[in-house]
Amino acid sequence: MTTIGLYLPGSSALHRARAGHKLMVLVLAGAASVFLDEVWQVLVALGVVSVGYGVAGIPLRTALAQLRPLVWVVGAAAVFHVLVNGWQRALVVLGVIVVLVLLAALVTLTTRTTDLVDALVFACRPLRRLGVDPERVGLMLALGVRCVPVVVGLAEEVRDAQRARGLGASPRAFVVPLIVRSLRHADALGEALVARGVED
Amino acid sequence: MPVIEVRDVSHSYATGAAERRVLADVAVTLPERRVGVIGANGSGKSTFARLLNGLVVPTSGRVVVDGFDTRSHGKEVRRRVGFCFTDPDAQIVMPTVAEDIAFGLRRRGLSRADVAARVAAALSAYGLDGHADHPAHLLSGGQKQLLALASVLVTEPSVLVMDEPTTLLDLRNASMIASVVAELPQQVVLVTHHLDLVAEFDRVLVFDEGRVVCDDVPALAVAHYRSLMGATS
Repeated sequence: MTTIGLYLPGSSALHRARAGHKLMVLVLAGAASVFLDEVWQVLVALGVVSVGYGVAGIPLRTALAQLRPLVWVVGAAAVFHVLVNGWQRALVVLGVIVVLVLLAALVTLTTRTTDLVDALVFACRPLRRLGVDPERVGLMLALGVRCVPVVVGLAEEVRDAQRARGLGASPRAFVVPLIVRSLRHADALGEALVARGVED
Repeated sequence: MPVIEVRDVSHSYATGAAERRVLADVAVTLPERRVGVIGANGSGKSTFARLLNGLVVPTSGRVVVDGFDTRSHGKEVRRRVGFCFTDPDAQIVMPTVAEDIAFGLRRRGLSRADVAARVAAALSAYGLDGHADHPAHLLSGGQKQLLALASVLVTEPSVLVMDEPTTLLDLRNASMIASVVAELPQQVVLVTHHLDLVAEFDRVLVFDEGRVVCDDVPALAVAHYRSLMGATS
């Protein structure tokens, strides 16, 4: 089961920091990352983020797990950059990606989803004039986070059902039932949201 | 105790050639504290349950809960009627346990401290004490159903409608849910296939092909249902 970016309870300074501030730092870091050009700068950034993980008291294994989904993307990009731009440039580009992903994961690891949602709802308030309901944007974010493990679970069910009937790894026999199940789940979820008074 | 009135209700899904009638001329008034609903798959039980909080508005007839019509006062009805589904995964909308319980308390004008206190009370009342910050998807099936129940009950509804809450659970978890439900002060309408769950109830309705075919004390209603199933199989 995936544990990527899931809130880890704690009481460190990072846990106690306001969700809005943490998101702001993340946005600023993303913007500033454009200016990282030298290997040493990337290493400094990596060092700063590592200190953040230390302060938050996140185990090394959890920290490394945040990078697992990146392996393929970074691997492919690494080959490309080493061949085209040389290893130094490759190190900078990939280092920046790793730093930003680690930083983003650090935010979600130390912040409850509710607090992230509240910060987002607050940030979206100016959009109200354009007809956007901030509460709804927040709900969408929460449901998105919640749906990742649910859909992973559905995928496992479909794969088991496939195996039980002795079917091979046909992509179509996997994708179609997964979509059907996901849609059915979405239906049930919608019903539950109405029952819990979301539309009222 | 609020009174649930189902007045001459019929309901069909879709219209035209694909029309499928799921409820026909159902008329019951339920003032009892514990009402059980049993019947075969596809007999209209789930649709009946969904009528009671306005999730389904009947094609014809009216459903009135505590004086509020589900057609015109859905919001008021849903404030009074909590609903618990079969599959807790569909009902849990927030990623962690405490957050999901708090979800139902949003927009109720409660202070943060008030919400926190109520969430903590609900956590300990339903044996989820140590799980406040756990991700919901790592709970066991029984714990998930407890969480779904806690999230509904924290909003203090006066009626609780449950649609087969124990169907996906093993015996131990099913009896745990049953004992939690038995302690509730609320009025409970429970749809189930676990016939022993309704044994102590005040009244049991048996559904068959969209109609209430028996409306009696548990022993007689269950006997009727058993003979009905024996006769048609």
